[in-house]
Amino acid sequence: MSTAQVAVTTKKDWSSDQEVRWCPGCGDYGILLAVQTLMPDLGIAPENTVFVSGIGCSSRFPYYMNTYGMHSIHGRAPAIATGVAVARPDLDVWVITGDGDGLSIGGNHLIHALRRNVKLNILLFNNRIYGLTKGQFSPTSPVGKVTKSTPMGSIDPPFNPLSVALGAEASFVARTHDLDRKHMIETFRAAHDHPGASFVEIYQNCNVFNDGQFDEVTKKQARDEMMINLVHGEPITFGAEQQRGVTMGVDGQLRLVELADVAPEEVLIHDAHRHDPSLAFALARLSQDDHSPTPFGVFRDIERPEYAGAVADQVMAASEARGPGDLSALLRSNGTWTVD
Amino acid sequence: MTETIDRSGTADDDHVLDHLIVRFAGDSGDGMQLTGDRFTSVSASFGNDLSTLPDFPAEIRAPAGTVNGVSAFQVNIADHKITTPGDEPNVLVAMNPAALKADLHRLEPGGTVIVNEDAFEDRNLDKAGYRANPLDDDTLASYRVLKVPMTSLTKEVCGPLGVKPRDAERSKNFFALGLVSFMFTRPVEPTLDWIAEKFGKNEQVEAANKAAFVAGFNFGETTEAVGHRYEVRPAKLPTGEYTSVTGNTALAWGIVAAGQLAKLPITLGSYPITPASDILHELSKHKHFGIRTVQAEDEIAAIGMALGAAFAGHLGVTTTSGPGVALKSETTSLAVSIELPLLLVDIQRGGPSTGLPTKTEASDLNIALYGRHGEAPIPVIAAYTPAQCFHAAIEAIRIALKYRTPVILLSDGYLANGSEPWNLPDVGSLPDISVPFADGPNHVDEDGNDEFWPYLRDETTLARPWAIPGTPGLMHRVGGLEKADGTGNIDYTPDNHEKMVHLRADKIAAIAADIPPTQLNGDADADVLVLGWGSTWAAIDAAVQRSHRVGKSVASAHIMHLNPLPSDLGDIVRRHKRVIVPELNLGQFTQLIRSTYLVDAKALTKVQGMPFKSREIEAAIDEALASIAAESSTNADTEGAPS
Repeated sequence: MSTAQVAVTTKKDWSSDQEVRWCPGCGDYGILLAVQTLMPDLGIAPENTVFVSGIGCSSRFPYYMNTYGMHSIHGRAPAIATGVAVARPDLDVWVITGDGDGLSIGGNHLIHALRRNVKLNILLFNNRIYGLTKGQFSPTSPVGKVTKSTPMGSIDPPFNPLSVALGAEASFVARTHDLDRKHMIETFRAAHDHPGASFVEIYQNCNVFNDGQFDEVTKKQARDEMMINLVHGEPITFGAEQQRGVTMGVDGQLRLVELADVAPEEVLIHDAHRHDPSLAFALARLSQDDHSPTPFGVFRDIERPEYAGAVADQVMAASEARGPGDLSALLRSNGTWTVD
Repeated sequence: MTETIDRSGTADDDHVLDHLIVRFAGDSGDGMQLTGDRFTSVSASFGNDLSTLPDFPAEIRAPAGTVNGVSAFQVNIADHKITTPGDEPNVLVAMNPAALKADLHRLEPGGTVIVNEDAFEDRNLDKAGYRANPLDDDTLASYRVLKVPMTSLTKEVCGPLGVKPRDAERSKNFFALGLVSFMFTRPVEPTLDWIAEKFGKNEQVEAANKAAFVAGFNFGETTEAVGHRYEVRPAKLPTGEYTSVTGNTALAWGIVAAGQLAKLPITLGSYPITPASDILHELSKHKHFGIRTVQAEDEIAAIGMALGAAFAGHLGVTTTSGPGVALKSETTSLAVSIELPLLLVDIQRGGPSTGLPTKTEASDLNIALYGRHGEAPIPVIAAYTPAQCFHAAIEAIRIALKYRTPVILLSDGYLANGSEPWNLPDVGSLPDISVPFADGPNHVDEDGNDEFWPYLRDETTLARPWAIPGTPGLMHRVGGLEKADGTGNIDYTPDNHEKMVHLRADKIAAIAADIPPTQLNGDADADVLVLGWGSTWAAIDAAVQRSHRVGKSVASAHIMHLNPLPSDLGDIVRRHKRVIVPELNLGQFTQLIRSTYLVDAKALTKVQGMPFKSREIEAAIDEALASIAAESSTNADTEGAPS
């Protein structure tokens, strides 16, 4: 269906009649609102849209969207969504997952969906905690995290979700956070427009089990100095006066510098379309804790062959080369003999 | 060279056999599967009925020359209808000492052993564990032995073609095939044509294989040692057009056919696993039927993709073996909960764990019936001959679609790799198994507005509507959480859960009314009933046929629908004095029969990675008959005794 034929929709058309049951104050509400606000803008119809989730707080998401949806199994949403997309490349397929669902129990499916580059929009709600099971550490929790299952502090080193995605050959990688609806909407829009698998990490606050995890970076008063907004083609600068920037040292290491201390041409220009993922990787790892400036926005957005379309192309090519399947001929394809 | 072949040669009537069982055995690298396959194809097109048993190790190339590395292919060809690859081979072709060591005990007393004499040198004898050369002592005294220096003769004919001796040696399996083809009067051209087609890209290999084949044939003709040629004449099979098919190919074609009959595109999610991978390979060749195949990252993803495709309106299929069924269990339960059609194919092999990957067993019945969390009953269908896998696949998919349920289709390694002639069905006679998608609202709310309820059931089948993405107005959410019947909204209330658990169970149980009655082979009041399922059919049928010929009071029934069971089965099992259930496990179906019908069914079990021999079944029948006789004579004594 071309966008021209799609009836105009409003946010209400995309909202189901189900009562939203997240804890009051949960960051998930903001994400849901951003998605429901964006959808009418995308030129797609609710009936051609599918939300697939795994298990966890975030995975209740599909129930609240007035689209086709499946609340599936812990970790398996990328695989199930791959099946939806392969069967029906005409659909708009979204995967809603969390740090436990996507990076722990479902890590394998996430990396392979990204590697295949299936046209899925994958939104990973990262709250660095297991919320639905009431507060165990997650694969993104920092070392030392004291939880019910780690009373002496977690000894598990965490994953950096963007590093994982880039390592899995993701063609679109972005980060946003639950306190900035406009940034979320623009990031989700870019993810949707990307013609392949898109991966968006969303810093999401769990106000019950891990409250304030991202405050040092994402609170309004911290943002100017702690958030680095990546814009394709623009110098990577930040600070209240845009007085700081990112440069690459001769050793290949990225450095945070005062612009006053360097020549203007030394400041890195963000290139999301660069095929080599090493700079995106370095930016993803610029901040390995929450005490230093952290990049947000689209890290990487490159084109490479999309999987579901490639599967469909092979089916089409086979049909063109061999004509429609003839069952009677198939049964005779290994040779026959006749008994009179 | 080919001119010397007596192509029209036939045996005189003294040398006509009603059947012949040949076992080709050699090292894994000796090409025995290929050799057996060729002998089978030629016999099939000649018009024999046949049944095959490939028997190979799990290792791709086990240590050369060892007993563990022996790969064998047994084929039974006959001039009448047969069902099994035969209990004991009449002829054993042993390409090396290890093959002789591994398989001599299978040979019938007085049977023929054809050995590659060249391979019986010290090193190979040592590897096979022979202290002395069995060709020189009395190991083979009770057999007819044909010692043939196959390697050197093959090298000799290949040398003039410019083939290096080492490469020439690889053609010795064709020498063996040529020799056996002469001895048993097999047509020559089909094999020469096949060699040309298969190896035509490499002229030297083609020439070497042809030369070796012809040399083997001529060796048989010119060597007195071979003696008479024997012949197995074509079987009087029902008229029709036949092909030779393995179980895995037939099963894959059944899936293709079901897609056509249901008018649905197919999405297969599969992860390679022995002995199921051939179905993935076969379906991947037929994309022009609208088949999408995805080699998934793991077993869980494979079934997830199939389920996602089913949600999107495709026929979702996943294929695996036992370990994969375990991994797919959680997703199968989700499919039960969200009530979508799905086919899960389990080509069973010896377990538990990696077990015997290349050997057959039927020990996944329990996991198929019960291997899910929660109350999650699903239909289970078992194929019972290689060709019948075609119809079993269509039937499994028919049920999955009609009742919106995952279905497990059981086959096993023996059916998967075994082959038989298949009287091809008229494609036009196959059933229409299509089901409609939901296309509009099915309910009116309190205010009189049309709405769509994803769990509003069909009154007859209890199936919920299948509403696929892309259909305006029918947007809905499904999931693993308990839902209210009708609306499908999340509902954890006690009465609703009780209702839903019963509804899901009732839906599956009611399928019993939609399956054919049980066919009884024998008298309804026979003393002994042999009750089977799966690939045991061949051995059971052969045993019961022989028993009938000598008037034994035995009947057999073979169950394809294992859940729900046919509604007439209770009456049948209660009518007989003894019920024997042969199973390639420790009695899983027997337990089901005992607990369902409260009858004293007895398991006849075998877990050796090999199918039953018909003689083993016959022995169990005889034992049951003897115990009935003993019982009645005891009763008679008691009745006759003075009080």
